[in-house]
Amino acid sequence: MSDVLKRRFTEQIKIMFGWEPRKPEKITERAQQVHIMKRMTNKQDLQATKSHMRAHEVKSTKWRNRRWITLIAANLLFTLSFSLDIQILEGALTASRFVGFHLIDLNSALQVMLAHKHIINNLIIGTGTVLLLWGLLGGRTFCSWVCPYHLLAEWAEKLHLFLAKKKLVTDQTMDRRLRTVFWVIFALLALGTGYTVYEAISPTGIVSRALVYGPGLALLWVLALLFFEVFFSRRAWCRYACPIGLTYGVVGIISPVRIKYKLDGCFHEGDCRKVCLVPHVLDTVIKGRAVDLEVPIGPDCTRCGLCVDACPTGSLTFEVKGLQKLL
Amino acid sequence: MSENEKDDGPVAGPTPPLSKAKRQTNRRRFLRTALLTGGVLGAALSGFLPLIYAKKKRLRPPGALDEKDFLGSCIKCGQCVQVCPVSAIKLADLVDGMGVGTPYIDPRRQACDFSCDAVQCILACPTGSLTYHKPDFLAVRAGAALKAKPILLAKEKDAEPTLNMTERIGVARLSRPEACLATQGKGFKGQARGADFTGELRYMDVDRWKPIRVSEHPYDVPECDLCVRACPIKGAISIETVMAPNGSQHKSPVVHEPCVGCGVCEMICPVEPACITIEAGEVWKI
Repeated sequence: MSDVLKRRFTEQIKIMFGWEPRKPEKITERAQQVHIMKRMTNKQDLQATKSHMRAHEVKSTKWRNRRWITLIAANLLFTLSFSLDIQILEGALTASRFVGFHLIDLNSALQVMLAHKHIINNLIIGTGTVLLLWGLLGGRTFCSWVCPYHLLAEWAEKLHLFLAKKKLVTDQTMDRRLRTVFWVIFALLALGTGYTVYEAISPTGIVSRALVYGPGLALLWVLALLFFEVFFSRRAWCRYACPIGLTYGVVGIISPVRIKYKLDGCFHEGDCRKVCLVPHVLDTVIKGRAVDLEVPIGPDCTRCGLCVDACPTGSLTFEVKGLQKLL
Repeated sequence: MSENEKDDGPVAGPTPPLSKAKRQTNRRRFLRTALLTGGVLGAALSGFLPLIYAKKKRLRPPGALDEKDFLGSCIKCGQCVQVCPVSAIKLADLVDGMGVGTPYIDPRRQACDFSCDAVQCILACPTGSLTYHKPDFLAVRAGAALKAKPILLAKEKDAEPTLNMTERIGVARLSRPEACLATQGKGFKGQARGADFTGELRYMDVDRWKPIRVSEHPYDVPECDLCVRACPIKGAISIETVMAPNGSQHKSPVVHEPCVGCGVCEMICPVEPACITIEAGEVWKI
C-alpha cells in the first residue's frame, strides 16, 4: 500500500470515530494527472457525455434487493426456527446457535463481559465465530445486511427524504463524534454498574426479540426512535448513537470485502452520496479529492451497495481484496 | 448532502474565521447533539429500573445466578425460552420492571416441571447466567445450595436419577394454610385449575415425553394432596399430620429440604389464589 493510501486509511478510521473528512494533503502523481485532465476537459463535452449517460442510465436495485432478501431471510430464519421448531438458527440476534454453532453479537458480548466480568467458554466461542465472520465480511456489513432495525430505519429514511422534499421537515444534523461518546458511556456504565444498561434500549435486540418471541411494549421505544428519524433527524440512531455499528466498524477495519472507487470514469455527479447511509465515507468521490486512481472506501461503510446501484458510470464496485483476480 | 462541485486544489489552506451564520449553525447543531445525548441517556436510565425492582424477588429459570449477577450476565437472547418443553420461561417486557428481555417463570401460570429431564435451559444459556455450578468468585448464599442433587421422580429408575442442579431457585411455602383443602380435611374432584387453564404438566402414567394440559387430567381424591402428587422432586413435599397451637391435629402439606422451587405445587393448587406459593430466591432455613 502506498504512503498516500496508508495516510487515507488512518484518516478513514478517524472519520469512523466521528471526525469530519478533510481535503487530502497528498495525492499520487497519477491521480493528480487525472484531476488535472478533468479540469482541462471541455466543459461542454463533459456536460454532453453526462447527459448522454443520464439518458441511457438504467436504474438498478440489484444490491438493494439482494440485501433486503438476505436481511429478511436471516431474521425470518430466527423467527421460523422457534415458531416452526426447525431449530436452524435458535435464539435472537444478541446470541444464537446456528445448527449448533454459537454466535454472539459482539457488542452484547462486550456489554456482558464488562458488566459480569466473567467469561465462560460458550461466550468465547460465540464471540470468536462472529468476530471471524464479520472480520471477513466487513464489519458494518452486519448493519445493512442483518440488523432488523436497519431495515425499519431505511424505510423511515425514505419517508423522511420524501417529507424533506415536500419541505415539511428538515434534516437536523448532529455531531457524529456523539456515537463514539455513547460507546464509551455505555461501556463505562456496564463496567461501573455491573448491569448491561445498553441492552435495555438496544433497538436491534428489541426488534429481534419481538420478531422471535412476539411483540411487546418495548417496541414503543423503537417507534419513538423511528418517529424522531422521520420528523427530525435523518437516520439519527444509526448515525449518532448506535454503539453496535461502531463495534462492528472497528472489527471490519481490515476486512477484505469492501467498496472500491475508481477515479477514471467518475463524473462527480454525487448520486452516490445522496443515497449513501454514511456519506462521510464517500468524501473521496468529491471532485479533486481522490488520492489515487483506485481508492477503497473506509471502514464505516456498511457495504449496503446503494452507491454501487446508484453510480451511472460503474465507478463504485464491490471488491474482495486478494480474490479480485479469481472472481 | 449537496455535491461539492467547486474545483479547488488538493491542499487545504489556513482555516478562515467562521462567519456568524456558520457559528450559529454550529451552536444549534451542538444543542441538538446535547439534546439527543440527554434523550438516549434518559431512556438508558430506565434500564436501571430492574436493579431497583430487584429487591422484589422474581422467579428466574433453574440455575439462575443471584439477581444482580443474573441481570449483569444475561444477554437476553431467549435460548432458554426456546428449549423449554412446557414453555414455562417467558421474557420480561418493558413494564415488568425486571430487565427487558430477561427470562422469568410465572409458576402459577406455567411452572417448570423438568419435562426436559435435564434442565436444558441451563445447557442452552450462552453466557452462564443459568449454570449448574457458580463460578468461584460468586458466593453461594447459605441455604441456597441443595444438600444433595435433587432426584427427579420421573428418572428415579434410571441410572442417573438426579438433576444436575446444585442450588435452588426458591422454596415453596404454605402461604395460606387456612384455605388449604388438606388442612380442612377436604378432598378434590375435577380439573385442578378449571377447564380454561392452559398450563401443562408431565404425567408419567400418561406419557413420559409429552406433557399434557392439566385440564385434560381431572383428579378425584378423597383428601387433597395435589401438590404432593404433582411435585417432580423426590422428598420435596409430603402431607403430614401437624399439631395446631390449640392442640388439635390436622393434615397439612409440609415442604422439605430437597425443594428446588420449581413451582409445580403452586401451579397445581386448586384453591384460588394458590395456598402454596414459591418464594423466589428464598433459601432453606431450618
